[in-house]
Amino acid sequence: MTASMTREQGVEWLRQMLRIRRFEERAAELYQLGKIHGFLHLYIGEEAVAAGSIPALTHDDAIVATYREHGHALVRGTSMRSLMAELFGKATGCARGRGGSMHFFDASRRFYGGLAIVGGGLPVAVGLALADKLQGRARVTACYFGDGAVAEGEFHESLNLAALWKLPVLFLCENNLYAMGTALARHQSQPDIAEKARAYAMTAHTVDGMDVLAVEVATRRAVEFVRQGNGPCFLEYRTYRFRAHSMYDAELYRTKDEVNEWKQRDPIAIFEQRLRAARLWNDEDRAQLDASIAAEVEDAVAFAEAGPWEPVDDLPKDVDSRAVGNQQSAISQKLNADR
Amino acid sequence: MNITYREAVRSGLREALQRDPRVFLMGEDVGKYGGTYACSKGLLDEFGPERIRDTPLSESTFVGAGIGAALGGMRPIVEVMTVNFSLLALDQIMNNAATLRHMSGGQFSVPLVVRMATGAGRQVAAQHSHSLEGWYAHIPGITVLTPATVTDARGMLLTALEQPDPVFIFEHAYLYSMEGTLEEGPVPVEISHAAVRRIGKDVSLLTFGGSLWKALAAATQLAQAGIEAEVVDLRVLRPLDRDTLLASVRKTHRAVVIDEAWRTGSFAAEISAVIMEQAFYELDAPVARVCSEEVPIPYPKHLEEAALPSVENIVQAVRRLLG
Repeated sequence: MTASMTREQGVEWLRQMLRIRRFEERAAELYQLGKIHGFLHLYIGEEAVAAGSIPALTHDDAIVATYREHGHALVRGTSMRSLMAELFGKATGCARGRGGSMHFFDASRRFYGGLAIVGGGLPVAVGLALADKLQGRARVTACYFGDGAVAEGEFHESLNLAALWKLPVLFLCENNLYAMGTALARHQSQPDIAEKARAYAMTAHTVDGMDVLAVEVATRRAVEFVRQGNGPCFLEYRTYRFRAHSMYDAELYRTKDEVNEWKQRDPIAIFEQRLRAARLWNDEDRAQLDASIAAEVEDAVAFAEAGPWEPVDDLPKDVDSRAVGNQQSAISQKLNADR
Repeated sequence: MNITYREAVRSGLREALQRDPRVFLMGEDVGKYGGTYACSKGLLDEFGPERIRDTPLSESTFVGAGIGAALGGMRPIVEVMTVNFSLLALDQIMNNAATLRHMSGGQFSVPLVVRMATGAGRQVAAQHSHSLEGWYAHIPGITVLTPATVTDARGMLLTALEQPDPVFIFEHAYLYSMEGTLEEGPVPVEISHAAVRRIGKDVSLLTFGGSLWKALAAATQLAQAGIEAEVVDLRVLRPLDRDTLLASVRKTHRAVVIDEAWRTGSFAAEISAVIMEQAFYELDAPVARVCSEEVPIPYPKHLEEAALPSVENIVQAVRRLLG
């Protein structure tokens, strides 16, 4: 293990996984307190995938993610402050508060969402990669989606087109075994997802998504393969969601035993044990890390609390690039009158 | 210069490809086949397979790829063969193309142009005869153009490519073989205004796309009976130029809206509502609509004709209004 990992790298992966978990634990509390509304899909249990895969990309590469994208944005480097503010719906959020949990965006980091229709991000990723190919840029577009997306037509269309045109797309399937509440074996005639990618003449690998090092190694290889112009590559990360699908989910579709069994493979606990076994990590290191992440999370919450709401007058702003003009005042007058 | 609508579209495509290296065309059979309606015939030879890209029959993905390519700095023109197949791409259009700018807080623009054929009248039956441009005009965040003349068929495409936002161009399939006179002037035409195609004082015929020519033919017939109809070509369904259509109605005090879509929930209903809201007291008669019958468009010629707006329907509607 240590042959392909420095202490610095290992600590960074652990730090990122813990940042995701603490951010989301706090978000779930704030949801109960009525600070966050709408849908909130937690990534807890799947942290090794974002923490291990995103560092394999360069700053120039693009990311297209799903409605379960808190972890991806955090690891990509979007500030926790702007992400928490987005969950609150504040104007200081990463999408000015307009998107919320499912729609994180960060143009400066080439983070294209936060696209919340299952399968809908794959065609966009194909197009981003097409633009790179047409402009002769050696960039990679990483497209995350879940096992549920595999049932969508856009999955098949996109894999076919990317392979046909040899586009630099990295298809990254986060297989957490459930399409919301429907188990993979209950919705797929062929539950081996990587096999489906191979049917499109695409190189595909299955990876232990609970092992951050395995994720990092496989993803780094796949990124290089794609960047060298070999066309797309497909990785299926086998992972598991520890929490409910969203905030309203009685989890009737799986047993507590199953969840507890997967929790024995908690990617954070397992990786921390490996660092300790290699004598790269101790209690004091952990205490320091916990304190620093707790401070970051509380700072983000304070920032979100303090942030302003977007003025109602801005409602029509950026529907399109045209000047808003009279329409703006008409809408704001109406809304202000209704208040 | 006289030119067919098809040649006008092709001329627009060629000019767009020549002007800007970021422009490329993709869609079903746009390359080797030359386009279902021959709009892109010869372009593959001229511009090569990187810029004239035949796609698989995957509407959702090649429209979505157009969105991605636009986000990535290109200026894609996506041809969806017909509006009927655009239904397979509706998720990408509505959930991605139309929302990304607003939902991202203004961080992203989608400078995408999507062209498609629309409309009935060629005996291709219920699944190939839809007129859904009014549906698309319902969606904030996109621009909807309905070129009815050869000048607009060529020029609107070039203007569309200058927009930072998604633009949808609906070309009525019946018009491709129509000849018209290419007007002088700048090639990228303006896309902010409706156009008065015939001046009159007795009634306003408000329409767009393929129905423009039926309205003009009706106006000619009415003129023989001494009724001067004004014909307004809406041209741009979103954002709608209300001022021009309202100015016409305020002048004539009577309006007939002609729309090849089904009456219920049609764009004609929207136009009618705009007139009610903003020119109600100017009216001498209720607004009338000439739309398609509420049936799937049938194959036999006599039934298809009975289902669609006709010159005769328009003339009758005007006569009813004038009592």
